[in-house]
Amino acid sequence: MKTTAPAISFHNVTLGYDRHPAVHHISGEISRGELLAVVGPNGAGKSTLLKGIVGELKPLSGSLSLDGLGKRDIAYLPQVIEIDRSFPISVFDCVAMGLWRTIGAWRGLRARDKQAVIGALRTVDLVELADRPVGSLSGGQFQRMLFARLLLQDAAVILLDEPFRAVDTRTVAELIALIERWHREGRTVLAALHDIEQVRAHFPDTLLLAREVVAWGKTPQVLTPANLAKSRTLTEAFDSHAEICERDEELERETA
Amino acid sequence: MIDTLVQPFIEFAFMRRALVGCLAISLTAPPIGVFLVLRRMSLMGDAMGHAILPGAAIGYLLAGLSLFAMSLGGFAAGLAVALAAGLVARSTVLREDASLAGFYLVSLALGVMLVSVRGSNVDLLHVLFGTVLALDDAALLLIASIATVSLVALAVIYRPLVLECFDPEFLRSVSPLSSPTHLLFLLLVVLNLVAGFQALGTLMAVGIMLLPAVAARFWAEDVSGMIGVAVATAFAASVTGLLMSYYLNVPTGPAVILACGAFYFLSMLVGVKGGVLWRLMPRKHLEA
Repeated sequence: MKTTAPAISFHNVTLGYDRHPAVHHISGEISRGELLAVVGPNGAGKSTLLKGIVGELKPLSGSLSLDGLGKRDIAYLPQVIEIDRSFPISVFDCVAMGLWRTIGAWRGLRARDKQAVIGALRTVDLVELADRPVGSLSGGQFQRMLFARLLLQDAAVILLDEPFRAVDTRTVAELIALIERWHREGRTVLAALHDIEQVRAHFPDTLLLAREVVAWGKTPQVLTPANLAKSRTLTEAFDSHAEICERDEELERETA
Repeated sequence: MIDTLVQPFIEFAFMRRALVGCLAISLTAPPIGVFLVLRRMSLMGDAMGHAILPGAAIGYLLAGLSLFAMSLGGFAAGLAVALAAGLVARSTVLREDASLAGFYLVSLALGVMLVSVRGSNVDLLHVLFGTVLALDDAALLLIASIATVSLVALAVIYRPLVLECFDPEFLRSVSPLSSPTHLLFLLLVVLNLVAGFQALGTLMAVGIMLLPAVAARFWAEDVSGMIGVAVATAFAASVTGLLMSYYLNVPTGPAVILACGAFYFLSMLVGVKGGVLWRLMPRKHLEA
């Protein structure tokens, strides 16, 4: 299903907070239909990169383009979820919001839509809990519910930030099966992960980050011991007295 | 018995007007309170109630006890404080509650100062506690209009508003309606407080918004259920408060709010969703 058309392209993108880059000078393309793992130590800039793609964070410099895709074509599962779990809403209603693109703010759920919601719940094995309030779900069930909502969003690009935290191994296997299904359907999937073995087993492509791109390409070529060691030494803490980055100027001098 | 409950309303026009005013407020203020409670912004309603004071006071200073001037002033002041607080929260390190606290305290102090410079204490009491037994046609019309507009607006923004409370990040990712929804909601809060202060005063208007909503959490497990319970509670409390005020000769605004409060305490004890008595009762757990 993989085509050569790019889904997301980066042109010397630097992303960060308050002038301090979390990850800088990224250039490259993610093709449509790619299944890409974003790997790196804590503080490598994985979450920042995903936030940059969904547009929650404006690049400090450089540009990022979603070729032909709008913000609404991206489904995003953040790492730190702002969801209020004590909110009185049922699992069914929460998952049904994944249909926003078809039902919008005002349209009701037709029989077909209800079937779709039940179908998504069945896929993640939560049908029996459909009428429960979301607050009664366990951590793993809650994550499966969010995956059901992603299923209904039917997005061309899916971004997952550490989607397997606090999830037992059986659930991880089920969720990975869902990700592989999305991949077969030709969707572009990016997942920020820290479990190297998991990435080796299931993700054809990998982007290894350590506040900049360490390696990017086929997973076996990226996740070499040398690259992994390099990524660990490169990731340093936020330095409040950091110098101004001169790399753009250096690049210009070299090309001139 | 029935006579005791109905007689005052049959006999006196001012009681009927007060009842209509209170019921109109009860129709929309409690649902808005439900959303405030669910967004953990309960105290924000309280702050906004205070913020309205200087606007109403300026209206009063410029035009005397003119309903229109005071409402307009209160509306403008409330909206200004809400927007300023939101703006500061989004562009500085302050959280919305802290910036709101800053603005409303200044606003309240300004209001009290304005009223005491020119008016007498009696006037201040009118603004603070309302004059539900002296609602004229214009006031009733204003209250009814605000109730109508709020009801329609709530229906229109219901789904985005629920999502904005439950999972704002998701709403932002699927729709551009997040900020407009938030703004319209703030507008509704201010409008309903303005409607409320005609009848119950700036301090008590928050009570009919929040107390029924807080109590409703003990009876319902979904948003629409909570709204239903909250509105019914506010209706009942309005009638009870007015009757209490009539027979016991106590001020009406506080009587209505105390009736709401009584129901809140009752709900806390016997409410079927987490009431204290149910928790104390030893019951065997279920199979699943």
